[in-house]
Amino acid sequence: MKTIQDLPVLIIVIPLGFAVIIPLVARFNRLLPWIIASTITFFCFLTSISLLITVLETGKISYWLGGWEPPWGIEYAIDYLNAFVLAVVSFIAFIVSLYSRRSVEMEINEYKQSAFYSIYMLFITGLMGIVITGDIFNIYVFLEISSLAGYALIAMGRKRDALVASYNYLILGTIAATFILIGIGYIYTATGTLNIADLQERLPALFHSKMVLVALAFFTVGLSLKLALFPLHTWLPGAYTHAPSVVSCIMAATATKVGVYAMLRIIFGVFKIEFDIHFIPIANILIVISSMAIIAGSAFAIAQTNLKRMLAYSSVGQIGYIVLGAVLANQAAMTGSIIHILNHALMKGALFMVVGCIVYKTGIEDISGLNGMSKKMPFTMAVFTVAGLSMMGVPLTVGFVSKWYIAIGALNAGMWYLIPVIITGSLLSAVYIWRIIVNIYFPEEFPGHELQYTDGGTRITDHKSQYSEAPWSMLGPTMALAALCIYFGISATAPLYIAEKAAVMLLQ
Amino acid sequence: METVYSSIPFLAMVTPLCAIALIIIFNNKPNLRESWTILASLIKFGLIVSMLPTILDGKVIECFIVTVLPGLDIKFKIDALGIFFALTASFLWILTSFYSIGYVRTLNEHAQTRYFICFAAAISATIGVAFSANMFTTYLFYEMITFSTYALVAHKETPEARQGAKVYFVFLFGTSVAFLLSAIFLTYYATGTLDFSNQGIFSDARGKGLSNVFLIVTFGLFIAGTSKAAMMPFHAWLPRAMVAPTPVSAFLHAVAVVKSGIFVVVKIVLHLFGINLLAELRLGIVLAYCASFTMIVSSVIALRQDNLKARLAYSTVAQLSYVIFGVALLTPSGITGSIMHIVIHAFGKITLFFCAGAIYAVTHKTKVSELDGIGKKMPFTMVAFSLASLSLIGIPPLGGFISKWYLAMGVIEAGQIPIIAVLVISSILNACYFLPIVYKAFFKELPHGETAERNEAPALMVVPLVLTAIGTLSLFFVPSIFLDLAKMVVANLN
Repeated sequence: MKTIQDLPVLIIVIPLGFAVIIPLVARFNRLLPWIIASTITFFCFLTSISLLITVLETGKISYWLGGWEPPWGIEYAIDYLNAFVLAVVSFIAFIVSLYSRRSVEMEINEYKQSAFYSIYMLFITGLMGIVITGDIFNIYVFLEISSLAGYALIAMGRKRDALVASYNYLILGTIAATFILIGIGYIYTATGTLNIADLQERLPALFHSKMVLVALAFFTVGLSLKLALFPLHTWLPGAYTHAPSVVSCIMAATATKVGVYAMLRIIFGVFKIEFDIHFIPIANILIVISSMAIIAGSAFAIAQTNLKRMLAYSSVGQIGYIVLGAVLANQAAMTGSIIHILNHALMKGALFMVVGCIVYKTGIEDISGLNGMSKKMPFTMAVFTVAGLSMMGVPLTVGFVSKWYIAIGALNAGMWYLIPVIITGSLLSAVYIWRIIVNIYFPEEFPGHELQYTDGGTRITDHKSQYSEAPWSMLGPTMALAALCIYFGISATAPLYIAEKAAVMLLQ
Repeated sequence: METVYSSIPFLAMVTPLCAIALIIIFNNKPNLRESWTILASLIKFGLIVSMLPTILDGKVIECFIVTVLPGLDIKFKIDALGIFFALTASFLWILTSFYSIGYVRTLNEHAQTRYFICFAAAISATIGVAFSANMFTTYLFYEMITFSTYALVAHKETPEARQGAKVYFVFLFGTSVAFLLSAIFLTYYATGTLDFSNQGIFSDARGKGLSNVFLIVTFGLFIAGTSKAAMMPFHAWLPRAMVAPTPVSAFLHAVAVVKSGIFVVVKIVLHLFGINLLAELRLGIVLAYCASFTMIVSSVIALRQDNLKARLAYSTVAQLSYVIFGVALLTPSGITGSIMHIVIHAFGKITLFFCAGAIYAVTHKTKVSELDGIGKKMPFTMVAFSLASLSLIGIPPLGGFISKWYLAMGVIEAGQIPIIAVLVISSILNACYFLPIVYKAFFKELPHGETAERNEAPALMVVPLVLTAIGTLSLFFVPSIFLDLAKMVVANLN
């Protein structure tokens, strides 16, 4: 019974501990880091599921670190929202680490591989820490852990550009973290507490204070940078493009989602909804910005020739959807936003994993490299099609579910003019996705120049028509995500139930 | 109205999907592979016919499949209108399957497996549209038709096919997302439901305080969103889609795809908005004028087409607008005529396309101007062609007369006597673009160097087209089941 009560802290401490152990044991066996990473993330996933079930039964879990009572000590507070996000993050972390072995072997220098798994564990720890904690300063601490780990992961890319991208992200990420820290400083000065539940109680009395207003401004900008909200997205395309494929997967599927979570928690949890609407029209400002993000992100994606960069810009657009749903601040839209955290993680994760498979098999990252690939890698391409249709928001895929809720939410908020924005975003994503799907199955022409294919590291000259699928250790997890894209698209009731409860809770 | 719960509709929908799996497995054995298509088409037709007595008894069949999210169910509800369309589509699928086999083998087409897979997916989705109980299910299968037929339009993989398929996709998917989906959002937001009802979801719109502007905009979005109905200006995809192999043009672009669009329009008018509301808003008459415009203009364009399939395509655009025209009159006879025209045009136009395909398969001729004297070489084909074109012109004793009769009655009931002129002019135009072909085929000499020896297409192609031609005849003499169903639809509206 004791251990079950300690689960909230174990889910943080265990991966943190193993991050240190992995480099030590890597000397004994090359496979050991991967095995440990997969086992630990699987443990985290199981733990998060059991936490989710407990939350669904009891409503809220509060864990006091070191037994100190909340306003003084650090509290891990788990409710519907973070139990849901925690499950998403740990699930994706597990799937990606299953997937990672072959991809890492190929894309990352051998002597860095154990370091990769170690930093990967740190990264996951940071993300889960942000989600699970009920202390606003703790959020900052874990944010820094995950960010620093993230810079290191991106810098592991094969090309020198990765270093530039990582440095770029480092600068902007540090600015974001500083802004958030300043925001925390202001509200601490105003209220004298760092506990989120405590802040919720004390802040409303201080809503007229300029200091609280300034704090919100710093939070908004810092978090927008962190979650890559247009026009503060500039670090993201470079980072996703040049990072190793596995890192792009995990960052696209989880890091920005956790950023969104932090934004939901701080803007709607710490500050109350009426503050965001009545005292300062932050919600209206964000509606405009996120609409711009939806359109601009998708439009930029159309212009790309590099597959990873295209998906990165598409993420910018999708983040726009999540933020738009959140700031509309009604139940349907908020539900759509929260469920899109899961849905986007599934589809973008699947798409980046497909890219990883293609890079593993052929070494090319260009969109034109996908021409006629349906013969060579039929399963991978099928996953791309499913996840791509999901991005387009076709019914029976997850993309439709979130779009439906956000659109109905926009109408409920009386903002019918957002419907064209949502629809345009869908149509633009149809342009960049469908173009590729058509080229996969109806190739225009085979690329004239002989591409050098690398088959798991060994260079070969190969013809596209030959069947040569990615290894099952990569294909399996990829297909699992695609299957979930469909499953949760056909029967979305279970995640919706949780998302709806979380939305109601945030909007109280 | 009594409701019967049954899983037959679901089975009818998934039968072709099961066939897809078998088609993939037996990829390398053409005869076995094709037998699955045929078997699935027969089973499916049998399943649909088995539901007919229940429907004719005045009951409706319901079949619940899954709740996607609260408020959005995938659900089937088969009423007279649904079974009417399903019966037409599934019967013609049987004939098309035989014809397809003959066609792809005569011409030795590539990628035959993909062809049959996509065909089966398209027919499955068509049945889904016919059976859907709510607008969400309709939308879902409507999109599925677009996706599954894309590969059929692009089948030849030539630059023209690629371009045609692109236009096809941009029009069908673009409008359905931009307009149809928006309209669905608005409908759900305003009424909280998407379930079709005989009075129309919006029938108590006044009670809910919906403004006229809202209703007019929503209706406009719905009509613009169903570009499969090919009403101008959303018709451009249809002639471009003629790059597809002829059986595809025949079945999909005379029966399944365009008729799903038409079917959705009919559903929107009858079961979403309801005739009373549309009459009150005077939207019916606006729609009728739009349809009249399309009827005349596309017939005029058809006159100028030398490519046989392009001429048939523009004729299809015109004929589809007959259906919209009829239902837009909002009168009992108009609606009956409109629904009858769905089946009558399906039989007529599929015959014409089958003939065009047979001519192409045997002689590789695609132009009207090359058809001099072809009636001597291909008498069965051209007699069938003549029957079908006479039916579409509306000459008794062929099926087309019945629908035109009801349409004319509908105009009189609606008190819009001037638009009878539209029917007359468009019938004359129909005659102008069909009869010269018949005349050339039978009364002109063959071009120099061609002998008049009999040279028909293989039996797999000729038999289906003769059967559909006989169908156009028999629809005049024994229209009973279809007419009964159409009248039931009208009777249920009140």
